[in-house]
Amino acid sequence: MRLLLDLLAQGLQMTLVLAAAPLLVGWTRKLRARLLRRRGPDLVQPYRDLVRLLRKEPVIAHSASPYFRVAPYLVFASTWIAAALVPTYATGLMFHWATDLIAIVAFLGFARFALGLAGMDVGTAFGGIGSSREVMIASLAEPAMLLVVFTLALLAGSTQLSAIAEFLVREPVGLRVSLGLALVALLMVAIAENARIPVDNPTTHLELTMVHEAMVLEYSGRHLALIEAASALKLTAYFSLVACLFFPFGMVTSTSSPLLYPLGILAWMAKIAVLGAVLAVFETAVAKLRVFRVPEFLGGAFVLGFLGTLLLFVSRAL
Amino acid sequence: MGETARLLVLAIPFAAALLLGVIKDYRLGARLNATAAGAALLAAVGLLVFERPEPGIHFIVDDLNTTFILLNTFVGFTTALFSASYIAHELAIGRLTPRFLRFYHAMYQAMLGSMSLALLANNVGLMWVGVEVATLVTVLMVGIYRTEPAIEAAWKYFILGSVGIALAFFGTILVYLAAQETLGEGMPALAWNRLVAAAPLFDPRLLDVAFVFLLIGYGTKVGLAPLHAWLPDAHAEGPTPISAVLSGLLLNVALFALLRFKLVMAANPSALTPGPVMVTMGLVSLLFAALMLYRRRDIKRFFAYSSIEHMGITTFAFGMGGPLANFAGLLHMAMHSLAKSAIFMAVGHIAQVKGTQKIESLRGLGATHPVLAWGFAIGVVAIAGMPPFGLFTSEFLILSSTFARAHTLALVVVLGLLIALGALVVRLVGIVFGPPLGAREPARASYLPMFAHFLLVLLAGLWLPEPLVRWFQTIAAQLG
Amino acid sequence: MSPLAFDIAHLLAGSMVVVSFLLLYQDRITGVLNVFAVQAIILALAVAFQAWSQGAPHLYLTALIALIVKGGIIPLALHRIVRELGIHREIEKVVGVGLTMLVGLALTALAVIVVLPIAQEAGRVGREDLAFALAVILLGLLMMITRRNAVTQVVGFMSLENGLVLAATGAKGMPLVVEISVAFSILIAFIVFGIFVFRIRERFDTVDVHALERFRGD
Repeated sequence: MRLLLDLLAQGLQMTLVLAAAPLLVGWTRKLRARLLRRRGPDLVQPYRDLVRLLRKEPVIAHSASPYFRVAPYLVFASTWIAAALVPTYATGLMFHWATDLIAIVAFLGFARFALGLAGMDVGTAFGGIGSSREVMIASLAEPAMLLVVFTLALLAGSTQLSAIAEFLVREPVGLRVSLGLALVALLMVAIAENARIPVDNPTTHLELTMVHEAMVLEYSGRHLALIEAASALKLTAYFSLVACLFFPFGMVTSTSSPLLYPLGILAWMAKIAVLGAVLAVFETAVAKLRVFRVPEFLGGAFVLGFLGTLLLFVSRAL
Repeated sequence: MGETARLLVLAIPFAAALLLGVIKDYRLGARLNATAAGAALLAAVGLLVFERPEPGIHFIVDDLNTTFILLNTFVGFTTALFSASYIAHELAIGRLTPRFLRFYHAMYQAMLGSMSLALLANNVGLMWVGVEVATLVTVLMVGIYRTEPAIEAAWKYFILGSVGIALAFFGTILVYLAAQETLGEGMPALAWNRLVAAAPLFDPRLLDVAFVFLLIGYGTKVGLAPLHAWLPDAHAEGPTPISAVLSGLLLNVALFALLRFKLVMAANPSALTPGPVMVTMGLVSLLFAALMLYRRRDIKRFFAYSSIEHMGITTFAFGMGGPLANFAGLLHMAMHSLAKSAIFMAVGHIAQVKGTQKIESLRGLGATHPVLAWGFAIGVVAIAGMPPFGLFTSEFLILSSTFARAHTLALVVVLGLLIALGALVVRLVGIVFGPPLGAREPARASYLPMFAHFLLVLLAGLWLPEPLVRWFQTIAAQLG
Repeated sequence: MSPLAFDIAHLLAGSMVVVSFLLLYQDRITGVLNVFAVQAIILALAVAFQAWSQGAPHLYLTALIALIVKGGIIPLALHRIVRELGIHREIEKVVGVGLTMLVGLALTALAVIVVLPIAQEAGRVGREDLAFALAVILLGLLMMITRRNAVTQVVGFMSLENGLVLAATGAKGMPLVVEISVAFSILIAFIVFGIFVFRIRERFDTVDVHALERFRGD
């Protein structure tokens, strides 16, 4: 019985992120449009898009290799696993032993690698430039991300998200400048990883500035649907990560009763919605960086992450 | 009486600085400048003669700093005499205006005063303040001509000086931290005599790091390579009396600060021994400066590098330690102060009559200005460490004491000295002999301060009076 | 000392290091001046906090000086100078931002490595302040080295002084004489710098120190 319940709880989280991801995308789009004084698409428009794409037959370039067809499934699957592992409404779920930060970074990295390879597969110039830029951004973002992970691991003594979240809920951490730095660094990484302004523009089709969109330009039909769903999931995963690490209040801990789950879900939705709103405001407020400046942006994230680790190291050594 | 003398040594220069700031007539200013410097010298002699006041929390009078104070006030006085005739010419050719002279005289006294403050301070924080104020004042003096090179020199001096300021202060804070456990919070933990007394109880690791910062910080002021970059420019571009005071005095004061901290270090058995570090820095400075001497085309820059060389030798001697090397180091420092400031006096007049500092335009000085040429030649021979001058004695003592303990190091010193000697001889021959170039009108110079210095250096080379030897031996023993 | 007090001290001192990095990162003079003002204000807070936690009222004076002089008057004056000289363009850097940042990180790590193991007696807060202060000092030095513009070098120097003040107040019971002297030296330094900036302007029509390099004699 207990096992069944645990399975159910984990399954709930898995479906929850998948179901909520397009809504999150719709929410930020709507909000951005409103901020720009447009009406904007419906909140559920991303669902409609996905369904429409799923119905369409994919058109595949004749120069594409079999890998081109496999890649979207790989991308979607590994992103979904990553998103489903990040604790959303509760800590200590059935697979909490697998919710390792480094594992999640690795899953996301694998998805990116798979997509980058697919971008180059057809052999068009756009795919190549998109892939190379994407990989450049990734190679800069990942060290920063790992430093954030170090900071948290140093603080909580574990890289397991569940454990970190429980630690942060339980222990009085106090005013930690390191945590603030780690938060800013993580947000910067999240912006870069999710191809948002100012690093990339998810709505552009201007050839000079495209990064992510250039890479997936050759995809259509259900393949595109999977990739779109994967990027929505990735955004959700990063938001859940931020929510779980830095705003862990409202999460149901492993010791409390499952009856609290609805509350936890509500809290999670609220947190994600707020983060989405912040993202929308931020995106309307800043201009996109030139590609050459992206290393500086991510270098900033790296410096912040490093400082966070260092400052924490100083106060821990005392 | 001793108390009064101590007060006067400090009060006279600062009061004179204030007074000189408001006196409009520059002739009167120059006379007052020399008078004040002379009065400070008398007060310093008073320190020697009268009974010493008890070391307080702020000030201390001991053998070591009495020597430095005497040397400082003496050179300060003679340079003020030289300065009076020097600035008359600068005024005549319009490089300085009476308004700037007022500033110049006030700053001259402020510089002497802050150096005395650094020397008399028992509180190491106060000592820091003295060295820094002296540095900042010198920065202003170096830039006083407001030409492009002068501003560059002052700027460079300022930037490197501020690095020194910062690191030395950080080192001072670390020393305080090391001391506060034992000596308690507040003033006593900065008083040098208590620091030395309680040093065995300090945390050696803290002292080690502190000394590294102090060495880099004050070492910049001493002009030790590789922190010397400001020194040649500052010497070359400022007024020559300032070059004389810089080389003759300010470098010594910075070295004095290092010596104070060296004693604190030496009192703690488990702390790093400062000797080897100072030996290395001294040798590097010696060799580097000796090699650099060959490429100089500006005469003041040339002697600035020679100052780096001699500060290197002095630091080396103090780094070696022991009664003989310390004795030789003290003697060398005093002799270098006297000889180098006298050389700058000669060079100042030479540059004035010839209207240039470029060495190739100074040829044939012997024919045009025999007295200046004689002074210059004596100075170069003395600074090269030739007998019968005092620098020969001190260098001989340094070498012989080093040979007895570490021959390899002594060989390096000999090598450096020979390289420097070569450069000095080449320059001497080039300037004094050969077909005369440039202006021939007689110099209106005051030769007295210059030849007084040379006479002292010569006397020290021929015969060191017994009381002086004993005096230096006492200090050498204290320096460990 | 309560954990909260420690956290506040940690937060303030840590913020100073972070602001030092921001200072290195800025590439516009006006930005540099604003960030410097922020650093001075944080310094004032940190010193005031030390005054409160050590029960040393004279430190409030140091805090006040930092706030008024370095957080207000000097940045405003420099803003004015910059506007009058018309040099609110980009700053030339000797080395790129990336390299500067990496060197900065290395220096910060060095400061921590040097200070943490030695300052056992300084107490928790003192030791941490000392480590961060050394980092700020070294970063100020780095700024002075990497910048060519006279005004930004001034700012680098003052940022370095901020580090010194932080270190001095972190050392418990450091006598007042020294603190006043620090403030005093800052004042003198500023006068000196002010004079120089104007003199350089008079001569070269630019405050770029690079223009001075031509006059290297030998």
